[in-house]
This record gives sequence, C-alpha cells and structure tokens, in this order.
Amino acid sequence: MRNLTKNILLTVAAIAVCALYLFHDLNGSYDYALPRRGFKVVAMILTGVAIAYSTVVFQTITHNRILTPSIMGLDSLYMLIQTVIIFFLGSTHVTVTNKQVNFGISVVAMIVFALLLYRFIFKKGNQPIYFLLLIGIIIGTFFSSISTFLQVLIDPNEFQIVQDRMFASFNNINTDILWIAIGIIGLLILYAWRYTTYLDVLSLGRDNAVNLGVNYDSLVKKMLILVAVFISVSTALVGPITFFGLIVANLSYQLFGTYKHKILISGAGLISIIALVGGQWVVERVFTFSTTLSVIINFIGGVYFIYLLLKESRSS
Amino acid sequence: MIQVQALSKFYGKKKVVEDVTVSIQRGKITSFIGPNGAGKSTLLSMVSRLLDADTGEVLIDQTNIKKMKSNDFSKIVSILKQSNYMNVRLTIRELVSFGRFPYSKGRLTAEDEEMVDQAIEYMALKDMEDRYLDELSGGQKQRAFIAMVIAQDTEYILLDEPLNNLDMKHSVQIMKILRRLVDELGKTVIIVLHDINFASVYSDRIVALKDGKVVKDGPTNEIIQSKALKEIYDMDIPIQEMNNCRICVYFNS
Repeated sequence: MRNLTKNILLTVAAIAVCALYLFHDLNGSYDYALPRRGFKVVAMILTGVAIAYSTVVFQTITHNRILTPSIMGLDSLYMLIQTVIIFFLGSTHVTVTNKQVNFGISVVAMIVFALLLYRFIFKKGNQPIYFLLLIGIIIGTFFSSISTFLQVLIDPNEFQIVQDRMFASFNNINTDILWIAIGIIGLLILYAWRYTTYLDVLSLGRDNAVNLGVNYDSLVKKMLILVAVFISVSTALVGPITFFGLIVANLSYQLFGTYKHKILISGAGLISIIALVGGQWVVERVFTFSTTLSVIINFIGGVYFIYLLLKESRSS
Repeated sequence: MIQVQALSKFYGKKKVVEDVTVSIQRGKITSFIGPNGAGKSTLLSMVSRLLDADTGEVLIDQTNIKKMKSNDFSKIVSILKQSNYMNVRLTIRELVSFGRFPYSKGRLTAEDEEMVDQAIEYMALKDMEDRYLDELSGGQKQRAFIAMVIAQDTEYILLDEPLNNLDMKHSVQIMKILRRLVDELGKTVIIVLHDINFASVYSDRIVALKDGKVVKDGPTNEIIQSKALKEIYDMDIPIQEMNNCRICVYFNS
C-alpha cells in the first residue's frame, strides 16, 4: 500500500512538472508556444520511459545495478554513424539535414547491429551474459576510436555539427519522427508489460528462474532485443542519453525497495519524466539555454555514480 | 519414474558425465554420492533442465523432458542448487510465494496463499516469515529455499548438496524434513550428498558416480558395504551397525 502511495505521489509530481513546463510564462501564446512545448514534453516522456524501462530490464538481466545498456556500444555506434555521414557526405547532405532520413538510418543501423551481436553470441550456445557485455565494450570502444579519429581529421565547421549530435537535446525535435517514435515505443511497451512478472523471477538468478518454469534463454533474448530497440529509438530521437538511466533506475530501487518490476519500472519511468521535464525547465528558465540538459544530467549522474560505487564497495 | 538414458556432458574435450543410464523410482529418496568432480551436480542439472545434455535423453514418466513446456515441467520437477546468490532483498514469505509462480504467474490466488502458508508451516518458519533472507543464518536460509520448493508442489524434488555449510543439528533437521516429504506427502527426492553417513541413514537408494560414470546403483544396504565403497572412493572404509543405522567410519582409514 505504501508503495502505491509513493507511485501516486510521483504521478502527481510528474503531472505538476509537465504542467509547469507547459504553462509557466506562456503569456497567452496558445497557438505558437504551447504546441511546441507540448511536443517537447511528449518527447521527454517517451525517452524517459524508454530509458527507464530498458535500464531496469538490463540491470535485472545482468544482475548488476551499475551497468547501463550503453555498455553494448549502441551510443558509440550512433556517434560513429553521425560522424561517418558528416565526414564523407558533408553536413549539407540530405542524410544530415533531413531528420527523418537520419533517424531512419540511425535506428535501422543500431537495431541491425544489436541483432547481429546477439546472433553471433547466442549462436555459440549458452554463453554467459557477461560475454555479451565484454564484446559490447570492445566493439563500443572500437566505434568511439574510429569516431574520434574521423573527428580529428574533419573540417572544424563540420565538427561543430558532429559535436552538436554528441549531446542529447530536446530543442529541435522533428514532429514527424516523434509520431513514429511514439508508435514504436508505445506498441512495444504494451507488448513488454505482460513480461514484467517474469522479470521478477529473473532477478532470482538463472537457476531459480529455470526451476520456476521460465524459458530463460528465450526470455533474455526477447528482453535484450526490446532494450536495443528502445535505446536505438530514443538515441536517434534526442541523442545519447543512456547514462541517465543509471540514475533513475537506482533512485527507483532506493525509493521502493521491492523486487516487483511493475512498481520499479513505473517508478523509474515517472522519476525520469520528472527529471527530464524539470531539468529542461531549469535549462530554459534558469540558465536561459546557456547550458544543455545532458550536461546537467551527466554532472548529477556522475556524482551519483561515484556515490553508488562507494556504497557498493562498502557493502561487499 | 525418471529414466536417464545414455546421458553425456562434455566441457571442451573433458567428459564430465559419460554415458550414464540410471532409473530413479518414485516415492523414494535417492542419493547421488561420489568423490569430488564425479559429475553428480552436472547430472542433476541435466535432469532438471538447468543444463542441456550433449547426448542421451531424460524421460520423466515416459515423456522426454525436451518435449515438455518449461511451465509444465516446473509443475513436475523442482531443483534447488547449492548457491543461491541474488541481488534482490526478499522476505521469507516473498521467496516462498515465488514457488507458486508456475501456477499463478505472480498473481497469487487464495489457494496459492494457502499452499505458501502450508510450506512455511512445514519448514517451521512461521514466526520469521517477514524477515529478510540476508538476516537469516545458513540453516534458516536453506529451510526458506526448501519451503519455496515445497510450495512449488512438484512430484520430484531435486536438491544439490542442501547440507553444505550446515552444522549437524540443521543437517539432521533438513534430512528429517526430506524424509517426511517422501513418507507423508509421497514425493520423490533426489539429492546430491557429500556425507556418506547421511546417505546411508536417510536414503532408500544410492547411485554412486565416479569420473562421470555410474559405478554402483542399488538399495542403500547394498551400496554401504566396505567392498562397494572401496570401488567408489578408493578407501578402506569399515562399517559399524548402530541402532539399525550403518555408519561408515572413514575418518582414520
């Protein structure tokens, strides 16, 4: 019952923050400012929920609370795609300027990469999940190195465009893409929701999950594919932001202290909505755009990450 | 009845379990014994689908386990491994409730709650059911996990060294409970044991493994013989009969 109260409070807070963002200082600009702010809020809710869901699921699968799905190298791949396109085709090429095309290329490339990675690893039978992570780290580092290499060679003006893509931003969201993203993520969340009780069992470890009749290998594969799609869509929509998932997932664990994923995931989703929309409000009204949301997120996230590391090392 | 037919498992080129054929009868306690590295746990893991066998098959009541759905299988066979590390914090009652997952998928019905209650009662954990697992002693924790398996209500219960790290009192307590499960509830228990005297005193049948192969398989009295034990452990073990228990005095042999 107490967790339900917390969830209701979080919901109220999330709605309040969204309302604040939408209506504060609106000056009666219902036709111009309100729809634009509305799209931003929808994009933030969407990304927030996708990141929260994929981080909690990923941490349950890997039994590790300081990992994020970015360890699989999807963010690095996104940066590589952007760098390569701008390096070879230039910043005025249609694949850079046309957001729909860019989104399509990024999403498809990331999902295909994730599927190939899984295929390669699961083909060899029951490899431990850590093998997947290790390969992910290596490939991710490889991608970042190539990106850095190309960025050094690139024309300084073009580099500015690349740099722009390195940080998540909610400021220039294309509405057509937003509709596609809403469609994909919305449908997948409906599909994924019925697996939440299975996730509870996964947190007992593989042996216990198999004992309780969970088809472990196929469930883990399904969940990893979902995570990859969520990460790909949200990264292509706003830029690399997976680090953010670490904060919201762990805040949710601390706040609710339960193993029930229904509560953990919805809690993490609400926390990320509050953080993103609230953070964006601070960026726009307090800092008047002199900084970006991802700078603030990475700063707070970094501090929290160090705190988690210290705490985990003390407890073990 | 569980029939294991020509089952083998390799790790690389090393054969851990080699061509094992053995039948396990219903309504009995069958112990797997043997030296370290004999393949007892691996065999148990393959029977319980935790590991895939490389060759051979396992039939449970005439059905090949590979043809059974995961969920149906988990209503017939349960397994408890020796290490149960998990990074979630659960109370005893929450853990035992997981035993009902194959039936209710997390939404416990009144009947499920009753089964959970019974299992907790059976393992004498009622007064501590709301305590967290990480606050419990080794013996209490082991009893909580066994309660989960009891709540799962399967015909076959497989346990991998459940007495590991337990003192004498708790070991005896757990073996007595397993005996009751078989005698009172008609379950079939298959257990990997290190302590040969527990195997001797509590089991109906013993399967002895060595280097991945079955070296002995029969009623307890036939296996707990100096000659048979010599074959299994390469030790001369005298046997003393006390109060109808056959005790192996291996400490100074």
